[in-house]
Amino acid sequence: MVYASSSSKRFSDSASETLPLLAYLILASALMLTDHRMNIGQQTRKQLSVVIEPVWWLASLPARMWSGVDDELATRQALQDNNERLVRELQIVNARMQRMSAINVENQRLRDLLNANRNGSLQVQMVSILDVDLNPYRQRIVLDSGSLQGVKIGQAIMDAGGILGQVIEVTGNKATALLVTDADHAIPVQVARSGFRSIAFGTGEPNSLLISDIPQSADIRIGDVLVTSGMGGRFPAGFPVAIVESLKPNDTGLFMVGRAKPAARLDRGLEVLLVNEIIPSPPITKPVIGTPTPIAKPDATAEAGKIKTP
Amino acid sequence: MIRQSSTVMRAASLLAGLLFQIIPLPSGLDLARPYLLALFLCYWCLETPEKTGLGTAFIYGLLADLFSSGLLGEQALRLVILVFLVSRFRARLRFFPLWQQALAVLVLLLNDRLIMSLLHWLVNDHALSWVAWLSPVLGMLLWPWLFVAIDMLRLRAREKS
Repeated sequence: MVYASSSSKRFSDSASETLPLLAYLILASALMLTDHRMNIGQQTRKQLSVVIEPVWWLASLPARMWSGVDDELATRQALQDNNERLVRELQIVNARMQRMSAINVENQRLRDLLNANRNGSLQVQMVSILDVDLNPYRQRIVLDSGSLQGVKIGQAIMDAGGILGQVIEVTGNKATALLVTDADHAIPVQVARSGFRSIAFGTGEPNSLLISDIPQSADIRIGDVLVTSGMGGRFPAGFPVAIVESLKPNDTGLFMVGRAKPAARLDRGLEVLLVNEIIPSPPITKPVIGTPTPIAKPDATAEAGKIKTP
Repeated sequence: MIRQSSTVMRAASLLAGLLFQIIPLPSGLDLARPYLLALFLCYWCLETPEKTGLGTAFIYGLLADLFSSGLLGEQALRLVILVFLVSRFRARLRFFPLWQQALAVLVLLLNDRLIMSLLHWLVNDHALSWVAWLSPVLGMLLWPWLFVAIDMLRLRAREKS
Protein backbone atom coordinates (compact mmCIF):
# COMPACT_ATOMS: atom_id res chain seq x y z
CA MET A 1 0.00 0.00 0.00
CA VAL A 2 2.72 2.33 0.92
CA TYR A 3 4.48 1.34 -2.26
CA ALA A 4 1.52 2.02 -4.49
CA SER A 5 0.77 5.40 -3.06
CA SER A 6 4.39 6.53 -3.21
CA SER A 7 4.89 5.40 -6.81
CA SER A 8 1.68 7.00 -7.98
CA LYS A 9 2.69 10.18 -6.27
CA ARG A 10 6.14 10.18 -7.73
CA PHE A 11 5.46 12.25 -10.82
CA SER A 12 3.64 15.01 -9.04
CA ASP A 13 6.29 14.84 -6.32
CA SER A 14 9.17 15.39 -8.69
CA ALA A 15 7.41 18.31 -10.30
CA SER A 16 6.71 19.96 -6.98
CA GLU A 17 10.26 19.26 -5.82
CA THR A 18 12.03 20.69 -8.84
CA LEU A 19 10.79 24.21 -8.25
CA PRO A 20 12.13 24.51 -4.68
CA LEU A 21 15.38 22.91 -5.87
CA LEU A 22 15.76 25.57 -8.53
CA ALA A 23 14.98 28.28 -6.01
CA TYR A 24 17.61 26.99 -3.56
CA LEU A 25 20.21 26.55 -6.30
CA ILE A 26 19.69 30.09 -7.50
CA LEU A 27 19.85 31.39 -3.93
CA ALA A 28 23.08 29.50 -3.23
CA SER A 29 24.63 30.63 -6.51
CA ALA A 30 23.69 34.23 -5.80
CA LEU A 31 25.28 33.94 -2.35
CA MET A 32 28.46 32.48 -3.80
CA LEU A 33 28.68 35.18 -6.42
CA THR A 34 28.19 38.02 -3.95
CA ASP A 35 30.68 36.44 -1.55
CA HIS A 36 33.23 35.96 -4.33
CA ARG A 37 32.82 39.52 -5.58
CA MET A 38 32.01 41.50 -2.46
CA ASN A 39 33.27 39.32 0.34
CA ILE A 40 30.05 39.35 2.36
CA GLY A 41 31.19 36.21 4.18
CA GLN A 42 33.72 38.21 6.14
CA GLN A 43 31.13 40.67 7.44
CA THR A 44 28.64 37.91 8.19
CA ARG A 45 31.23 36.02 10.23
CA LYS A 46 32.00 39.17 12.12
CA GLN A 47 28.32 39.72 12.93
CA LEU A 48 27.83 36.09 13.96
CA SER A 49 31.06 35.76 15.91
CA VAL A 50 29.06 35.00 19.05
CA VAL A 51 27.93 31.76 17.43
CA ILE A 52 31.07 30.90 15.51
CA GLU A 53 33.67 31.43 18.22
CA PRO A 54 32.27 28.80 20.64
CA VAL A 55 32.03 26.29 17.78
CA TRP A 56 35.68 26.86 16.91
CA TRP A 57 36.59 26.53 20.56
CA LEU A 58 34.65 23.26 20.79
CA ALA A 59 36.30 21.89 17.67
CA SER A 60 39.75 22.65 19.02
CA LEU A 61 39.01 20.85 22.27
CA PRO A 62 40.15 17.33 21.27
CA ALA A 63 43.51 18.60 20.06
CA ARG A 64 43.97 20.68 23.17
CA MET A 65 43.13 17.76 25.43
CA TRP A 66 45.56 15.61 23.52
CA SER A 67 48.38 18.11 23.92
CA GLY A 68 47.51 18.35 27.62
CA VAL A 69 47.83 14.58 28.00
CA ASP A 70 51.04 14.70 25.99
CA ASP A 71 52.47 17.27 28.42
CA GLU A 72 51.46 15.17 31.41
CA LEU A 73 53.12 12.08 30.02
CA ALA A 74 56.39 13.79 29.09
CA THR A 75 59.21 12.13 30.95
CA ARG A 76 61.57 13.95 33.24
CA GLN A 77 64.44 13.14 30.92
CA ALA A 78 62.67 14.62 27.91
CA LEU A 79 61.88 17.77 29.84
CA GLN A 80 65.47 18.09 31.00
CA ASP A 81 66.76 17.64 27.47
CA ASN A 82 64.32 20.19 26.23
CA ASN A 83 65.33 22.64 28.92
CA GLU A 84 69.02 22.19 28.19
CA ARG A 85 68.48 22.76 24.50
CA LEU A 86 66.45 25.89 25.15
CA VAL A 87 69.08 27.34 27.49
CA ARG A 88 71.75 26.71 24.89
CA GLU A 89 69.64 28.32 22.18
CA LEU A 90 68.93 31.29 24.39
CA GLN A 91 72.63 31.86 24.98
CA ILE A 92 73.39 31.77 21.27
CA VAL A 93 70.49 34.07 20.49
CA ASN A 94 71.54 36.46 23.24
CA ALA A 95 75.07 36.63 21.91
CA ARG A 96 73.70 37.35 18.47
CA MET A 97 71.41 40.01 19.89
CA GLN A 98 74.36 41.85 21.43
CA ARG A 99 75.99 42.07 18.04
CA MET A 100 72.74 43.02 16.37
CA SER A 101 72.11 45.90 18.70
CA ALA A 102 75.53 47.32 17.88
CA ILE A 103 74.81 46.97 14.18
CA ASN A 104 71.40 48.49 14.71
CA VAL A 105 72.86 51.60 16.28
CA GLU A 106 75.34 51.90 13.48
CA ASN A 107 72.60 51.40 10.92
CA GLN A 108 70.49 54.09 12.52
CA ARG A 109 73.40 56.50 12.42
CA LEU A 110 74.02 55.79 8.75
CA ARG A 111 70.34 56.26 7.98
CA ASP A 112 70.40 59.56 9.81
CA LEU A 113 73.37 60.60 7.69
CA LEU A 114 71.48 59.66 4.55
CA ASN A 115 68.38 61.40 5.86
CA ALA A 116 66.37 58.24 5.25
CA ASN A 117 63.35 57.96 7.44
CA ARG A 118 62.54 54.29 7.43
CA ASN A 119 62.90 53.95 11.14
CA GLY A 120 59.54 52.50 12.08
CA SER A 121 59.63 50.46 15.23
CA LEU A 122 58.10 47.05 15.63
CA GLN A 123 55.51 46.04 18.14
CA VAL A 124 55.25 42.35 18.72
CA GLN A 125 52.43 40.43 20.33
CA MET A 126 52.41 36.71 21.01
CA VAL A 127 49.20 34.85 20.22
CA SER A 128 48.40 31.17 20.21
CA ILE A 129 46.91 29.27 17.31
CA LEU A 130 43.52 27.65 17.77
CA ASP A 131 43.85 24.12 16.46
CA VAL A 132 40.99 24.08 13.97
CA ASP A 133 41.02 22.82 10.39
CA LEU A 134 39.23 25.33 8.28
CA ASN A 135 38.73 24.66 4.61
CA PRO A 136 41.54 22.21 3.74
CA TYR A 137 41.83 23.66 0.24
CA ARG A 138 42.81 27.02 1.63
CA GLN A 139 45.81 27.79 3.76
CA ARG A 140 44.31 29.54 6.73
CA ILE A 141 44.68 29.42 10.48
CA VAL A 142 42.59 30.69 13.36
CA LEU A 143 44.29 32.79 16.02
CA ASP A 144 43.12 32.74 19.60
CA SER A 145 42.97 36.54 19.88
CA GLY A 146 40.73 39.09 18.27
CA SER A 147 39.88 42.75 18.14
CA LEU A 148 39.44 42.83 21.91
CA GLN A 149 43.11 41.88 22.25
CA GLY A 150 44.14 44.49 19.71
CA VAL A 151 44.44 42.34 16.60
CA LYS A 152 43.81 44.30 13.40
CA ILE A 153 43.21 43.29 9.81
CA GLY A 154 46.40 43.39 7.79
CA GLN A 155 48.82 42.64 10.60
CA ALA A 156 51.69 40.39 9.63
CA ILE A 157 52.18 37.17 11.55
CA MET A 158 55.44 35.30 11.87
CA ASP A 159 57.13 32.54 13.81
CA ALA A 160 60.73 31.77 14.66
CA GLY A 161 61.46 30.84 11.02
CA GLY A 162 60.02 33.84 9.23
CA ILE A 163 56.87 35.41 7.84
CA LEU A 164 53.80 33.20 8.14
CA GLY A 165 51.04 35.32 6.66
CA GLN A 166 48.66 38.11 7.50
CA VAL A 167 45.42 38.65 9.37
CA ILE A 168 42.38 38.86 7.08
CA GLU A 169 39.38 38.54 9.37
CA VAL A 170 38.94 39.68 12.95
CA THR A 171 36.07 38.95 15.29
CA GLY A 172 35.80 39.71 18.98
CA ASN A 173 38.09 37.03 20.38
CA LYS A 174 39.36 35.26 17.28
CA ALA A 175 41.09 36.17 14.07
CA THR A 176 41.66 34.35 10.81
CA ALA A 177 44.99 34.61 9.07
CA LEU A 178 45.88 33.91 5.46
CA LEU A 179 49.16 32.03 5.13
CA VAL A 180 51.75 32.99 2.53
CA THR A 181 51.16 29.66 0.81
CA ASP A 182 47.45 30.30 0.12
CA ALA A 183 46.65 30.60 -3.56
CA ASP A 184 45.19 34.06 -2.94
CA HIS A 185 48.31 35.40 -1.26
CA ALA A 186 51.16 37.41 -2.69
CA ILE A 187 54.03 39.00 -0.82
CA PRO A 188 56.64 41.48 -2.06
CA VAL A 189 60.08 39.97 -1.55
CA GLN A 190 63.69 40.73 -2.24
CA VAL A 191 66.71 38.47 -2.59
CA ALA A 192 68.74 39.13 0.55
CA ARG A 193 72.06 38.64 -1.25
CA SER A 194 71.55 40.76 -4.37
CA GLY A 195 68.59 42.99 -3.58
CA PHE A 196 66.62 41.74 -6.62
CA ARG A 197 62.93 42.47 -5.96
CA SER A 198 59.98 40.32 -6.93
CA ILE A 199 56.67 39.00 -5.66
CA ALA A 200 56.19 35.54 -4.19
CA PHE A 201 52.78 34.01 -4.82
CA GLY A 202 51.18 31.27 -2.78
CA THR A 203 50.39 28.07 -4.63
CA GLY A 204 47.87 26.44 -2.34
CA GLU A 205 50.36 23.70 -1.49
CA PRO A 206 51.63 23.78 2.08
CA ASN A 207 55.32 24.21 1.33
CA SER A 208 55.82 25.94 -1.93
CA LEU A 209 55.83 29.53 -3.12
CA LEU A 210 55.98 30.66 -6.73
CA ILE A 211 58.05 33.50 -8.14
CA SER A 212 57.05 34.09 -11.74
CA ASP A 213 58.46 36.25 -14.51
CA ILE A 214 62.03 36.52 -13.32
CA PRO A 215 64.17 38.17 -16.03
CA GLN A 216 67.03 36.03 -17.31
CA SER A 217 69.49 38.68 -16.17
CA ALA A 218 68.23 38.76 -12.58
CA ASP A 219 70.69 37.87 -9.88
CA ILE A 220 68.94 34.99 -8.18
CA ARG A 221 70.27 31.51 -7.44
CA ILE A 222 69.06 28.31 -5.85
CA GLY A 223 69.53 28.57 -2.10
CA ASP A 224 69.00 32.33 -1.97
CA VAL A 225 67.04 33.64 0.98
CA LEU A 226 64.06 35.80 0.10
CA VAL A 227 63.23 38.49 2.64
CA THR A 228 60.32 40.90 2.77
CA SER A 229 61.09 44.04 0.83
CA GLY A 230 58.70 46.21 2.80
CA MET A 231 57.09 47.49 -0.39
CA GLY A 232 53.38 48.03 -0.12
CA GLY A 233 53.77 48.72 3.57
CA ARG A 234 51.94 45.64 4.78
CA PHE A 235 54.90 43.55 5.84
CA PRO A 236 57.85 45.02 7.73
CA ALA A 237 61.04 44.84 5.70
CA GLY A 238 63.86 42.39 6.19
CA PHE A 239 62.20 39.25 7.53
CA PRO A 240 62.89 35.91 5.88
CA VAL A 241 60.04 34.57 3.75
CA ALA A 242 61.39 31.63 1.77
CA ILE A 243 64.42 29.90 0.33
CA VAL A 244 64.70 29.44 -3.43
CA GLU A 245 64.54 25.76 -4.32
CA SER A 246 64.39 25.60 -8.08
CA LEU A 247 64.60 27.89 -11.09
CA LYS A 248 63.26 26.93 -14.50
CA PRO A 249 62.68 28.80 -17.75
CA ASN A 250 58.98 29.42 -18.33
CA ASP A 251 57.01 28.39 -21.43
CA THR A 252 58.20 31.26 -23.58
CA GLY A 253 61.81 30.76 -22.53
CA LEU A 254 62.22 34.50 -21.99
CA PHE A 255 61.67 34.51 -18.25
CA MET A 256 62.30 32.15 -15.39
CA VAL A 257 59.95 30.67 -12.83
CA GLY A 258 61.17 29.96 -9.34
CA ARG A 259 59.87 27.74 -6.59
CA ALA A 260 60.69 28.58 -2.99
CA LYS A 261 60.21 26.82 0.32
CA PRO A 262 58.65 28.97 3.08
CA ALA A 263 61.02 29.81 5.90
CA ALA A 264 58.26 29.73 8.52
CA ARG A 265 57.26 26.38 9.91
CA LEU A 266 53.81 26.22 8.43
CA ASP A 267 52.80 23.03 10.17
CA ARG A 268 50.92 23.67 13.35
CA GLY A 269 53.15 25.64 15.63
CA LEU A 270 51.76 26.47 19.00
CA GLU A 271 52.26 30.18 19.03
CA VAL A 272 52.95 32.90 16.53
CA LEU A 273 54.02 36.53 16.69
CA LEU A 274 51.79 39.31 15.51
CA VAL A 275 53.89 42.12 14.15
CA ASN A 276 52.78 45.69 14.01
CA GLU A 277 55.01 48.16 12.29
CA ILE A 278 54.60 51.69 13.45
CA ILE A 279 55.76 53.97 10.71
CA PRO A 280 56.00 57.46 12.10
CA SER A 281 54.39 59.91 9.75
CA PRO A 282 56.94 62.45 8.60
CA PRO A 283 56.65 65.48 10.82
CA ILE A 284 55.19 68.48 9.04
CA THR A 285 56.41 70.96 11.59
CA LYS A 286 59.69 70.67 13.39
CA PRO A 287 59.57 67.84 15.93
CA VAL A 288 59.08 68.95 19.50
CA ILE A 289 61.56 66.49 20.95
CA GLY A 290 65.16 66.69 19.87
CA THR A 291 66.44 63.12 19.50
CA PRO A 292 63.63 60.73 20.20
CA THR A 293 64.22 57.03 20.62
CA PRO A 294 62.54 55.01 17.89
CA ILE A 295 60.00 53.52 20.28
CA ALA A 296 58.93 56.74 21.89
CA LYS A 297 58.79 58.71 18.67
CA PRO A 298 55.43 57.66 17.21
CA ASP A 299 53.62 58.33 20.47
CA ALA A 300 55.30 61.66 20.87
CA THR A 301 54.46 62.85 17.37
CA ALA A 302 50.93 61.54 17.67
CA GLU A 303 50.44 63.42 20.89
CA ALA A 304 52.01 66.54 19.50
CA GLY A 305 49.63 66.27 16.55
CA LYS A 306 46.69 65.87 18.87
CA ILE A 307 47.57 68.94 20.86
CA LYS A 308 48.07 71.04 17.78
CA THR A 309 44.94 70.12 15.86
CA PRO A 310 42.23 71.68 18.04
CA MET B 1 7.84 11.26 22.67
CA ILE B 2 9.32 9.14 19.90
CA ARG B 3 9.11 12.09 17.58
CA GLN B 4 10.92 14.26 20.08
CA SER B 5 13.85 11.93 20.68
CA SER B 6 14.24 11.53 16.94
CA THR B 7 14.25 15.29 16.49
CA VAL B 8 16.89 15.72 19.17
CA MET B 9 18.99 12.98 17.63
CA ARG B 10 18.73 14.49 14.19
CA ALA B 11 19.83 17.90 15.38
CA ALA B 12 22.63 16.39 17.47
CA SER B 13 24.00 14.26 14.64
CA LEU B 14 23.88 17.10 12.14
CA LEU B 15 25.65 19.43 14.57
CA ALA B 16 28.27 16.73 15.14
CA GLY B 17 28.66 16.54 11.38
CA LEU B 18 29.20 20.30 11.28
CA LEU B 19 31.78 20.11 14.05
CA PHE B 20 33.58 17.22 12.40
CA GLN B 21 34.20 19.42 9.37
CA ILE B 22 36.60 21.62 11.34
CA ILE B 23 38.10 19.25 13.91
CA PRO B 24 41.84 19.09 13.26
CA LEU B 25 43.12 15.92 11.64
CA PRO B 26 46.75 15.05 10.89
CA SER B 27 47.93 17.05 7.87
CA GLY B 28 47.49 15.13 4.64
CA LEU B 29 44.53 13.28 6.07
CA ASP B 30 42.49 16.46 6.32
CA LEU B 31 41.97 16.48 2.56
CA ALA B 32 40.42 13.02 2.74
CA ARG B 33 38.10 13.98 5.57
CA PRO B 34 34.87 11.97 5.15
CA TYR B 35 31.88 14.23 4.61
CA LEU B 36 29.97 13.16 7.73
CA LEU B 37 27.50 16.03 7.44
CA ALA B 38 26.39 14.72 4.05
CA LEU B 39 26.13 11.16 5.39
CA PHE B 40 23.95 12.26 8.30
CA LEU B 41 21.75 14.35 6.04
CA CYS B 42 21.43 11.37 3.74
CA TYR B 43 20.36 9.15 6.63
CA TRP B 44 17.75 11.55 7.95
CA CYS B 45 16.44 12.21 4.48
CA LEU B 46 15.88 8.48 4.07
CA GLU B 47 14.32 8.01 7.50
CA THR B 48 12.35 11.19 8.17
CA PRO B 49 11.84 12.77 4.76
CA GLU B 50 9.01 15.01 5.93
CA LYS B 51 11.40 16.80 8.29
CA THR B 52 14.58 16.75 6.24
CA GLY B 53 14.07 18.62 3.04
CA LEU B 54 16.02 20.95 0.84
CA GLY B 55 15.62 23.75 3.40
CA THR B 56 17.41 21.75 6.10
CA ALA B 57 20.22 20.91 3.70
CA PHE B 58 20.53 24.56 2.71
CA ILE B 59 20.67 25.81 6.30
CA TYR B 60 23.23 23.25 7.48
CA GLY B 61 25.30 23.82 4.35
CA LEU B 62 25.30 27.54 5.02
CA LEU B 63 26.36 26.95 8.62
CA ALA B 64 29.18 24.70 7.44
CA ASP B 65 30.34 27.46 5.09
CA LEU B 66 30.26 29.98 7.92
CA PHE B 67 32.29 27.81 10.26
CA SER B 68 34.87 26.67 7.73
CA SER B 69 35.31 30.17 6.27
CA GLY B 70 34.82 28.87 2.78
CA LEU B 71 32.87 30.49 -0.02
CA LEU B 72 29.43 31.31 1.39
CA GLY B 73 26.84 29.06 -0.27
CA GLU B 74 29.19 26.43 -1.63
CA GLN B 75 28.33 23.61 0.75
CA ALA B 76 24.71 24.80 0.81
CA LEU B 77 24.54 24.22 -2.94
CA ARG B 78 26.25 20.84 -2.74
CA LEU B 79 24.08 19.56 0.09
CA VAL B 80 20.86 20.78 -1.54
CA ILE B 81 21.75 18.79 -4.66
CA LEU B 82 22.64 15.74 -2.57
CA VAL B 83 19.41 15.82 -0.59
CA PHE B 84 17.41 16.37 -3.74
CA LEU B 85 18.92 13.25 -5.30
CA VAL B 86 18.36 11.21 -2.16
CA SER B 87 14.72 12.23 -1.84
CA ARG B 88 14.21 11.60 -5.55
CA PHE B 89 15.42 8.01 -5.30
CA ARG B 90 14.31 7.51 -1.73
CA ALA B 91 11.73 4.81 -2.50
CA ARG B 92 14.43 2.67 -4.08
CA LEU B 93 17.31 3.51 -1.74
CA ARG B 94 15.36 2.62 1.38
CA PHE B 95 14.90 -0.98 0.39
CA PHE B 96 18.41 -1.58 -0.87
CA PRO B 97 20.55 -3.91 1.22
CA LEU B 98 23.15 -2.05 3.22
CA TRP B 99 26.10 -2.72 0.90
CA GLN B 100 24.13 -1.56 -2.13
CA GLN B 101 23.14 1.54 -0.22
CA ALA B 102 26.80 2.15 0.53
CA LEU B 103 27.57 2.01 -3.20
CA ALA B 104 24.78 4.51 -3.87
CA VAL B 105 26.28 6.74 -1.18
CA LEU B 106 29.65 6.48 -2.91
CA VAL B 107 28.11 7.66 -6.17
CA LEU B 108 26.35 10.53 -4.38
CA LEU B 109 29.56 11.63 -2.69
CA LEU B 110 31.58 11.35 -5.90
CA ASN B 111 28.98 13.51 -7.59
CA ASP B 112 29.35 15.96 -4.72
CA ARG B 113 33.13 16.09 -5.20
CA LEU B 114 32.58 16.65 -8.91
CA ILE B 115 30.34 19.64 -8.21
CA MET B 116 32.90 20.89 -5.73
CA SER B 117 35.80 20.72 -8.19
CA LEU B 118 33.61 22.45 -10.78
CA LEU B 119 32.88 25.26 -8.31
CA HIS B 120 36.57 25.53 -7.42
CA TRP B 121 37.42 25.71 -11.09
CA LEU B 122 34.84 28.47 -11.57
CA VAL B 123 36.36 30.66 -8.86
CA ASN B 124 39.85 29.95 -10.23
CA ASP B 125 41.05 27.84 -7.37
CA HIS B 126 43.66 25.22 -8.00
CA ALA B 127 42.54 21.66 -8.79
CA LEU B 128 41.80 19.22 -5.98
CA SER B 129 44.62 16.88 -5.09
CA TRP B 130 44.07 13.17 -5.53
CA VAL B 131 43.76 12.70 -1.77
CA ALA B 132 40.48 14.61 -1.88
CA TRP B 133 38.94 11.82 -3.95
CA LEU B 134 39.55 9.37 -1.10
CA SER B 135 36.90 11.16 0.92
CA PRO B 136 33.91 9.56 -0.91
CA VAL B 137 35.48 6.13 -0.49
CA LEU B 138 35.89 6.70 3.25
CA GLY B 139 32.30 7.93 3.33
CA MET B 140 31.14 4.73 1.67
CA LEU B 141 33.07 2.59 4.15
CA LEU B 142 31.59 4.56 7.05
CA TRP B 143 28.00 4.44 5.81
CA PRO B 144 26.96 0.94 7.04
CA TRP B 145 28.41 1.58 10.51
CA LEU B 146 26.73 4.96 10.82
CA PHE B 147 23.44 3.59 9.57
CA VAL B 148 23.41 0.71 12.04
CA ALA B 149 24.63 2.87 14.92
CA ILE B 150 21.94 5.54 14.51
CA ASP B 151 19.27 2.88 13.98
CA MET B 152 20.27 1.19 17.23
CA LEU B 153 20.29 4.46 19.14
CA ARG B 154 16.81 5.27 17.85
CA LEU B 155 15.52 1.81 18.73
CA ARG B 156 16.84 2.14 22.25
CA ALA B 157 15.24 5.57 22.62
CA ARG B 158 11.95 4.11 21.42
CA GLU B 159 12.12 1.22 23.88
CA LYS B 160 12.77 3.57 26.76
CA SER B 161 9.79 5.76 26.05
